[in-house]
Amino acid sequence: MRRGKVAIMKTAFGAIAAAAVLATAWAQNRAQQDFSKVEIHVLPLRDNMYMLTGAGGNITVQTGKDGVLLVDTEYAQLSDKILAELRKLSKEPLRYIINTHYHADHTSGNENLRKAGNTIAGGNVAGDLGAEASEGAAIIAHNNVLERMSMTQGSQPAAPQGGWPTSTYLSGKKKLWVNGEGVEVIHPEHAHTDGDSIVFFRRNDVISTGDIFTMTSYPIIDLNGGGSYQGLLDAVNQILDLTDTVYGQDGGTLIVPGHGRLCDTGDLLNYREMVTIIRDRMVDMIKKDMTLEQVKAAKPTADYDPLYGTSTGFWTTDAFVEAAYKSLSQTVKQKK
Amino acid sequence: MDQVNPHKAGITLLLLAILGSVPAAAQIELSGVWSNQLHEDFPDRLAGPELGDYTGIPLNNAARLRAEAWDASLITLPEYQCRVHPSDYAPSFADIRIWEEYDKDTQALLAIHIHHFAWGTERTIWMDGRPHPPDYAGHTSMGFSTGKWDGDILTVTTDHLKEGWIRRNGVPRSDRAVVTEHFIRHENGLTWVTVINDPPYLTEPMIRSRDYVWSVAGQIAPYPCESVEEIVRPKDAIPHHLPGTNTFLKEYQKNHGVLEQGAMGGAETLYPEFRQKVIAAGDLGGKAPGPLQ
Repeated sequence: MRRGKVAIMKTAFGAIAAAAVLATAWAQNRAQQDFSKVEIHVLPLRDNMYMLTGAGGNITVQTGKDGVLLVDTEYAQLSDKILAELRKLSKEPLRYIINTHYHADHTSGNENLRKAGNTIAGGNVAGDLGAEASEGAAIIAHNNVLERMSMTQGSQPAAPQGGWPTSTYLSGKKKLWVNGEGVEVIHPEHAHTDGDSIVFFRRNDVISTGDIFTMTSYPIIDLNGGGSYQGLLDAVNQILDLTDTVYGQDGGTLIVPGHGRLCDTGDLLNYREMVTIIRDRMVDMIKKDMTLEQVKAAKPTADYDPLYGTSTGFWTTDAFVEAAYKSLSQTVKQKK
Repeated sequence: MDQVNPHKAGITLLLLAILGSVPAAAQIELSGVWSNQLHEDFPDRLAGPELGDYTGIPLNNAARLRAEAWDASLITLPEYQCRVHPSDYAPSFADIRIWEEYDKDTQALLAIHIHHFAWGTERTIWMDGRPHPPDYAGHTSMGFSTGKWDGDILTVTTDHLKEGWIRRNGVPRSDRAVVTEHFIRHENGLTWVTVINDPPYLTEPMIRSRDYVWSVAGQIAPYPCESVEEIVRPKDAIPHHLPGTNTFLKEYQKNHGVLEQGAMGGAETLYPEFRQKVIAAGDLGGKAPGPLQ
């Protein structure tokens, strides 16, 4: 479904929880950062693909004769630095931005970067918008990203309209053909949020996971944003179904996580192991009618805390356990 | 054209010949097939470690908890069946081939390669002074290694390792570990010392050595691995023990008469003082302390 600004204004917003703790947390995180000191690093992935790292979520870049495709856009304050790096990688225009979800550390650069690009318009792409349709790069996301970005989230105002998705999809998958390869944008339901997209570059065998998979913290389950623990685990398994290895758990598909270093199947398997084992422990405790405080005291994450845990920042180990407890309690209740 | 003094030219050629045969940085030849000697830590290696045996490992409580949750059935999962031994564990098994790679023109040593029979893995030790990759680069089971000569000892530093294991009974080694190795050749013998620094799971470096003998007619067989579906499970089923439910953990202690404090490992248990402490506390249950190993 392609939407222009006029159509966006007519969107009937669904019933979305007013509080958005994570949206607020990311905004606070952004406010505390000194972006002048942030460097954007470029890591080559394949011939025409790169991973960019900075202060927010990782960016995946695909280049080619059709133009530049980005997965996520980091913080707006870093847009100039990101554009400078993109210009080193390709002289072609920025055509597509795909958002893996709505959080500001992945989307707040949308507006700036979109303005730096343009869309090949005409046919049904232009629709009623005419010449306006070619202004800026297309921003592709699941429809729930548009809904969440265009409304107030807790104490946070809606994202600037210029950064909203311009092309959304509603069902399980959207397919593109860009720079000589099929790009699948796959929606797992209720994982990190309710608007996640996994982006699979088929020829390059590269997958951008968004925050379904992060290397820097326990899984971030945005309950107010429609996420769920079991949904996130299902999404991880969905990603694993797309991957191949060369031998054992090494090589093959490259995986760009939402945060942290470049990964492959073996890394994702380790992550899945952690997510699954902690789920099983917590479900066992919930079935024994343990309260949240009792679960916290039992330290179900203790063995993984050196890798994923933290007591500072917005996504502490406690915050993860609380979200997991709340989400898995619902899962247990539904299965009864 | 200037006249060439035959006497001076002869000396120069002689010097060149001598210098040409002398290693630039005291390097010694490690190439060849090396046969793995299994006498050290044998039960840990070919037979395989027993569950609940963490002796000799300076592990922390988090590592111990992970090991207690580990279920050997994990390796029935197809995606785990061909999981290779990481480069810091692979020396425990089977034979290896080492070969060197030189720049054709300068004859500078660029890299030393090692092929492990076990899982057919290969690693490269870069000798050309290149830097290690940045933090955001990917990790592999072999890691990224650079080497330098300390006299006749090759010292190798490896990082960018994938998560692995200290012992294959569930004791984890994180992907943040930095491993230092020393390759020490004694004529036809090779001692390979591995020092694992892993702050997430070890409170002190884990040090172990493995010995090899040069094999004059050594061959390395291929090691293909194909996963099969051994047990049909739901996608999100991972074999593991819930806390407090692993009934196998005490077997090692019972079968070998090892005290629980010792079996559970930890840095303290590595030192002679621990033995004295156990004796003083009367924790031996009337048994005489065994000989120090």
